[in-house]
Amino acid sequence: MSKRKAVIVGVADAPLKDGMIPGGASPLAVQARCAKDALAEAGLTLKDVDGLLVAGMWGNPGPGMLPTVTLSEYLGIRPRFSDGTNIGGSAFELHVGHAALAIEQGLCDVALITYGSTQKSEKSRNLAGRPAVLTMQYETPWGMPTPVGGYALAARRHMHEYGTTPEQLASVAVATRKWAQLNPAATMRAPLTVEDVLKSTAIADPLHLLDCCLVTDGGGAIVMTNEERARDLKAKPVHILGFGEGQTHWTIAAMPDLARLTAAEEAGKRAFAMAGVKHKDIDVAEFYDSFTITALLTLEALGFCERGEGGAFFASGRTAPGGDFPLNTNGGGLSCLHPGMYGIFLLIEAVRQLRGECGDRQVKDAKIALCHGTGGTLSSGATCILAKD
Amino acid sequence: MYEKPLPIIDPDSAPYWSATQQHKLVIPRCLDCGKHHFYPRALCPHCHSDKLEWTEISGRGTVYSYIVANRPAGPAFKADIPYVVAVIDLAEGPRMMSNIVIDDPSKVKIGDAVQVCFEDVTPEITLPKFKLV
Repeated sequence: MSKRKAVIVGVADAPLKDGMIPGGASPLAVQARCAKDALAEAGLTLKDVDGLLVAGMWGNPGPGMLPTVTLSEYLGIRPRFSDGTNIGGSAFELHVGHAALAIEQGLCDVALITYGSTQKSEKSRNLAGRPAVLTMQYETPWGMPTPVGGYALAARRHMHEYGTTPEQLASVAVATRKWAQLNPAATMRAPLTVEDVLKSTAIADPLHLLDCCLVTDGGGAIVMTNEERARDLKAKPVHILGFGEGQTHWTIAAMPDLARLTAAEEAGKRAFAMAGVKHKDIDVAEFYDSFTITALLTLEALGFCERGEGGAFFASGRTAPGGDFPLNTNGGGLSCLHPGMYGIFLLIEAVRQLRGECGDRQVKDAKIALCHGTGGTLSSGATCILAKD
Repeated sequence: MYEKPLPIIDPDSAPYWSATQQHKLVIPRCLDCGKHHFYPRALCPHCHSDKLEWTEISGRGTVYSYIVANRPAGPAFKADIPYVVAVIDLAEGPRMMSNIVIDDPSKVKIGDAVQVCFEDVTPEITLPKFKLV
């Protein structure tokens, strides 16, 4: 069986107003609409879809426990390949990798990846966490605010080991806001300073409220097929050069090293090795920024700077518009949107950058993009390296 | 009435929680590789042996990292803010999440020596916490 290369041929996200789906919708409806839009971009329809990959937090306990089964029924499709793997917000980078494998092996021809959340409309965000069962009986009883507490533990340890400062962490949020100001679809576009971040409540000291991502609704979809089929489609294909995944822990006390994002180190190495490109070849990067510390740890873990140098890297402004390392160009989870599992939006933004559709925030001559998702509490990582046609 | 979340005890964890009720920290140690681990598992996470024994440990450790919660993890913790949640490097090797019981959270530093103390929160459950020494 000859190998068919997988490509991305369509993306879509749900428009938001004040961080919410206008008019309201169920998480299933959000996914259905995004799926239809992403397929239309490619010139395909739901009838063409024979692979379905889904991760989300909706309908649990209940129909969300079998997300691909529920969504297949809802969409009226019968996929012959499905993957409901959930490793947290990084699941979608993993799904691109798994869909590529399935497409290359001929297990499906058109793969659809979807995500939907209405957490802001539902007011379902809950800092108290879930019942203290199994491994969580050793963490939940002590009142750790989740998930921010685990990230704050990492931030404190990074400060201790490397002298990283609250100002440097705040500079991650400031640079990201500058990108959001160039994106009409971003939720938070008002000017933001380091002082604003430091003056906001230290909800889980050392992390402040403005070190944290937004809480919004959101939906997205990605359509993949093989290169041969893509030739006849409307959209310019985006190529998948490499991908990798890794996971280390669920309970934060089991993280191998709080000052080091091991899952990203492992996923990134695997993706770079498969892609056969170097760090200097990356024109635009999209990192999961659930918190400022997440983006900083990711930068170091993927090898774009030495461990401990992330703080100075961000404070220098290199990641902001006009800098030499364009990062989180849609405004990220910190300023654009964050519906609970943000990873699909990293991919959607990277695809649009590679297709040159980003208007004021377009990175000039973007040819190769890297997306890195982080899931759980710094628990899992998945990397995709993408290239324009 | 105690309203904070309580551990939901299962067969794997029953010996651990039974020991904390007696104000003892008892965790598994591997008879093959000699290492302790926490939380309790059916197989040693270091060498995957199933030859494990419950062992009382010293309750001594150091602060690996910590946060000061200025916003509570749910309404039940509201009266406690600001409070300290820490990851402790136990003297025997494993790490454990807990609270540091202290009036002034600004006195806690990474690397501080700590000793376990026990809080009987319900007739069935005793939580191990730590104090600076």
